[in-house]
Amino acid sequence: MALEVTQILLNAQSPDGTVRKIAEDNLKQYQEQNLSAFLVSLSHELANDDKPPESRRLAGLILKNSLDAKESSRKHELVTRWVALDSTVKAQIKPALSQTLSSMVADARHTAAQVIAKIAAIELPQGDWPELVGSLLANMGGPQVEQPSHLKQATLEALGYVCEEVSAEILAQEQVNSILTAVVQGMNSSETSNDVRLAATHALYNALDFAQTNFENDMERDYIMRMVCEATLSPDVRVRQAAFECLVSIGSTYYDKLAPYIQDIFAITSKAVKEDEEPVALQAIEFWSSICDEEIEIQEDYNVDFSGDSEVPYFQFIKQALPALVPMLLETLTKQEEDQDLDEGAWNLSMAGGTCLGLVARAVGDDIVPLVMPFVEQNVSNPLDWRCREAATYAFGSILEGPSLDKLTPLVNLALNFMLSAMKDVNNHVKDTTAWTLGRIFEFLHGPSLEPPVITPTNLPLIIAVLLESINDTPNVAEKVCGAIYFLAQGYEDGGQSSTPLSPYFPKILEALLAATAREDSVDSRLRTCAYETLNEVVRISTDDTAPIVVQLVPVIMEKLNQTLEMAVLSSDDREKQIELQALLCGVLQVIIQKLGASELTKYGVVQFADQMMGLFLRVFACRSATVHEEAMLAIGALAYATGAEFGKYMSEFYRYLEMGLQNFEEYQVCAVTVGVVGDICRALDEKVLPYCDGIMTQLLKDLSSNQLHRSVKPPIFSCFGDIALAIGEHFEKYLIYAMPMLQGAAELSAQPTAGDDEMTDYSNQLRSGILEAYSGIFQGFKSNKADLMAPYAAHILQFIENVYQDKDRDDVVTKAAIGVMGDLADTLGANAAALFQCTVFYKDFLDECISSDDQQLKETAEWAQGTITRILSG
Amino acid sequence: MAGTTLVPPGRQHKRTVSDQQKRRELALQRQKQGRRDLQHHARQLALSALNEVGDVSGEQEEEPAVYELNVPRAASENVAADYNEQDDTEASMEDAERSPGSKRKTLLEGANLKGLRAREFFARQLMLPEWMVDIPSYLKKDWFVMPRPEGQRCLVISANGITLSRQRNGRILHSFPSALPNGARTKEVAAGSHVYCILDCIFHEPDKTYYVIDMMCWRGYSLFDCTAEFRFFWMTTKLAETGALGAPSAHHHYQFSVVPVYECNVAALQAVYSGPVPFQRDGILFYNRHALYELGLTPLVVVWKDAQCSQYLLDTDSQGNVPTYQQVVLELRSDGSVVTCDDPPVIFGTLAPEFLEQNARHLKPGMLIRFAIGDQGLSLVEGKPVVADIHFEGIANKNRARRADSCTKILFQYAARHGALTINDIVAAIETSDEEGDTSMG
Repeated sequence: MALEVTQILLNAQSPDGTVRKIAEDNLKQYQEQNLSAFLVSLSHELANDDKPPESRRLAGLILKNSLDAKESSRKHELVTRWVALDSTVKAQIKPALSQTLSSMVADARHTAAQVIAKIAAIELPQGDWPELVGSLLANMGGPQVEQPSHLKQATLEALGYVCEEVSAEILAQEQVNSILTAVVQGMNSSETSNDVRLAATHALYNALDFAQTNFENDMERDYIMRMVCEATLSPDVRVRQAAFECLVSIGSTYYDKLAPYIQDIFAITSKAVKEDEEPVALQAIEFWSSICDEEIEIQEDYNVDFSGDSEVPYFQFIKQALPALVPMLLETLTKQEEDQDLDEGAWNLSMAGGTCLGLVARAVGDDIVPLVMPFVEQNVSNPLDWRCREAATYAFGSILEGPSLDKLTPLVNLALNFMLSAMKDVNNHVKDTTAWTLGRIFEFLHGPSLEPPVITPTNLPLIIAVLLESINDTPNVAEKVCGAIYFLAQGYEDGGQSSTPLSPYFPKILEALLAATAREDSVDSRLRTCAYETLNEVVRISTDDTAPIVVQLVPVIMEKLNQTLEMAVLSSDDREKQIELQALLCGVLQVIIQKLGASELTKYGVVQFADQMMGLFLRVFACRSATVHEEAMLAIGALAYATGAEFGKYMSEFYRYLEMGLQNFEEYQVCAVTVGVVGDICRALDEKVLPYCDGIMTQLLKDLSSNQLHRSVKPPIFSCFGDIALAIGEHFEKYLIYAMPMLQGAAELSAQPTAGDDEMTDYSNQLRSGILEAYSGIFQGFKSNKADLMAPYAAHILQFIENVYQDKDRDDVVTKAAIGVMGDLADTLGANAAALFQCTVFYKDFLDECISSDDQQLKETAEWAQGTITRILSG
Repeated sequence: MAGTTLVPPGRQHKRTVSDQQKRRELALQRQKQGRRDLQHHARQLALSALNEVGDVSGEQEEEPAVYELNVPRAASENVAADYNEQDDTEASMEDAERSPGSKRKTLLEGANLKGLRAREFFARQLMLPEWMVDIPSYLKKDWFVMPRPEGQRCLVISANGITLSRQRNGRILHSFPSALPNGARTKEVAAGSHVYCILDCIFHEPDKTYYVIDMMCWRGYSLFDCTAEFRFFWMTTKLAETGALGAPSAHHHYQFSVVPVYECNVAALQAVYSGPVPFQRDGILFYNRHALYELGLTPLVVVWKDAQCSQYLLDTDSQGNVPTYQQVVLELRSDGSVVTCDDPPVIFGTLAPEFLEQNARHLKPGMLIRFAIGDQGLSLVEGKPVVADIHFEGIANKNRARRADSCTKILFQYAARHGALTINDIVAAIETSDEEGDTSMG
């Protein structure tokens, strides 16, 4: 029995709130009382051409939302519900949807295509709805059957969505072939309907991932590429844009297959950049940016792995195209829009062109310099046209990363004074870009090991003077100036001295940055954020002589944080601003605590404020009910590190936020940060953390068993087990029966072959290093009193270490941790482990490998492990 | 068109600063470093223990003197110009740095690390008494009293078939077989590595005896978290069950003796103060019966002495002479104040900014500085110094003083020169405490 839903669906979109509310309640009621009938009614509503488009659209939308949700647990629930529906119900809904694809109402067709894809996403992986692809393909017609173009268009849309929803391995190669054939036919220039061509081009974009096999085949690939290239010449701008989007995707997915086409693609893209409408031109530039991405990555892989047997060929497309590519990009630079620097979401030809130029510089290095410098010299001081000056500066700034220092240093030495004077240019854009370029100079050409230095005692006073004056300029310029100060300071990191050349300017720099944060006009731009973050970097490079100035900063920042707690919060917008500002201020405090806390000489400067700071952090937490503040959490970790055992007095109040942080599956960064803070607290409190361990361990074990939690948090949780065990020693005994199975399970997971997938290899290494750190902590913690508890696990752990040893993908961190655990095992179990080592062969080779390493730390650990094992074997 | 176009993923125009990720990464680095330090530390401790056992057992037979057993220390050339104090618990830290030897280095590196763990292979730090500057309440009800033997404070650890005595810096005093559990390799069953003991002892040179004043672990069972009352009970009963209190033999090189502990009544105090003991007395120790064994300074253990029960009431210089003015060692902080080693530190004064500026090249925050207490002395309010007439004497010899004096030590030394608590004061307090007890019961 179908329900009469039209009027309710219309009412649910009524401008009258009361009417709307009643209708929404009715819909909800139907859904709860009889889901099957409700869904069938909705599908009939959507399919019925006699119904108003508005009710049909909402019917489709509700259907779609009954099948999928963003949140994973809700999604799972919806999928289960659909699977459980009676097959007769589904047998009514599906034909209604298919039928809708031929509706004359475009909106209804479009919605039906989406719903079909959602059902496909549930059913195809389970082997259900096998006839779907066949029936869709039938809609496309054939040699004898000509189908109406609106049906073809909707069908191609549906096919595209299906490809987007399901993963490549679900569809049989035959089905993929048929889909691609249908799609490419739809793109053919003989197709008269632009709507069909557009739908086909979009569908191809979604289907590209499925086309691995087809791209291996020269003929099929040639055909697909020809269709894409032809589509870039379509009279319809939408089709041209979609075709270039396909090219961008092909460029990164099938880089290794591009060689035969690259010349044609260059011709097509450069024509588009010069002549076509902006959305198309932007995609054409994006193609070359994505090729740069690929080639930069290949070069980085080559540098890491000198074996040279990389699976991806390196064609040097960018280097070959350089003589034509660079002029094309330079030409885009003078197409700036007025006020583009004031609009954060802006993206136009000159921005895309400059960004691409920067990537080209990284891809080819020195070769770009002679091609760009004439343009810079010719335009940078053009008195009449700010566009020329800005473009030239932007070009210069863009090529500062990539080319060698030998090539760049003389140029920068010549340009620096000019850039400093250009900070007084009459044009805001020119100043913005000049300040950004100064930042790039400091970022890439200034640092402790760079000889000869670009920044000298002679020019530093002028640099500082200019920066401190220009920080008062408009917010966008001031933001870039902050960036320049950030990188200027960064260049003095790792100096290890008791002073830096910036020391004399410290008070003025801090004062200027604080003034920038306090500007009325900084609130709505990135200036305030940037000024605070620059403050952080300046704090990081403080030295013995400037530490007292940093100490003075603490009460200032605390007062600002206090003020955020008093802010009037009337709207969600206010709340967001408050949270953002608190994040910045907690960030500054964290950096100060960590910096001053790291040295016994300066620690007191920050520890003296510990009570007040902790009070503020707790109040910041209290501002939000559902979640904890990541930055405040990080700051608290730093505080625990600085105060040591004293931190114990804050635990009773802080503990609930710690637990809240560990429960935050959704914002996994917060969870990860909290796990790290647990480690800080273990090291600070040592065995005094014991009263909190039941709660913490329970939560960590829950985290590990959760499917919702991002997997990247799991390795640090294992390390955290080690921290806890090391802190509470023998008391870890009661957690052993829970922790060990988790560790063993993870060890098995990490042993699964990663099939050359870099991401999986990385993860596997992280997992192993987490597991090994856990074992180290547990062994060392049990060593004194409970050594025997680990005896039953020894064989398994040694086996795990052997697996790690045999794995050629293990990284240095894992190697170090593994050799350490081997020593810990011997050291803790003593004579009990002797028999185990006697019947093991690999450990000698592993020790030899590590002892002959150049890494001093690894060598020492290995020598220690060797000594320990020798002792137990001889004893 | 701009503004309506979406920025392609991963592209950023004029990218500038992004600090948040850096903050996260630096925090992670710090955490990883902390974890590495701890692990490295634990392994280094075990390693140095291992090496020293090997070395010492070889050398021990021939040349025991290399370990500087002479306690109290005679003036040595190294410290000729410096001022000498006789309190072994305060001074023993310095020994390691004065004696050469590469293995010292590993141990000293260990001393710079954070979060030292008490229950590792050996405990590096002992529970340190404060000095009695006022008399604790409820002396009779809550406190024990014992005579303190003169000598070298050390940890004695029996494990893996050997016994090691370690000074407060971890340096080995003796390595020898003993009748303590797992303290010697005997023909009988070798005990597992989990069987070991840690004792808090004073090695008394004249009769070459280890006087046991506390017990932290027995047969692998930890007593750190037990009250003093329980520890003393365990100490007297368990030690008696072994042969450790017996005379030295081939498998038991040194004699052990339990220092008698009494509940703090007048008779006990008299016995402890002046009654016969087999050792040279160096003051009296008071233990709060509820105190757990905590590392470092604690007000729950207190030491008191006068000229009758100790040869070393007043600090002496290296010639053994008592200086005219009391000397104190304080730590300079960045704000110019000078403080004690207490936690939290007690401020004893502030150096004038001009003075600091003049000497900026020599005086750096964190340095230890020697002062003399002048004629104005100390003024106290509620036991805390409010005015201290201190005079700059010089930078403390870095090799001598590893840390500043504790507040109670300074106050005690001050009191010793200006009218200290006498034994009669303490007796009186016990008697009053007696009455308090009576009142509360009635």
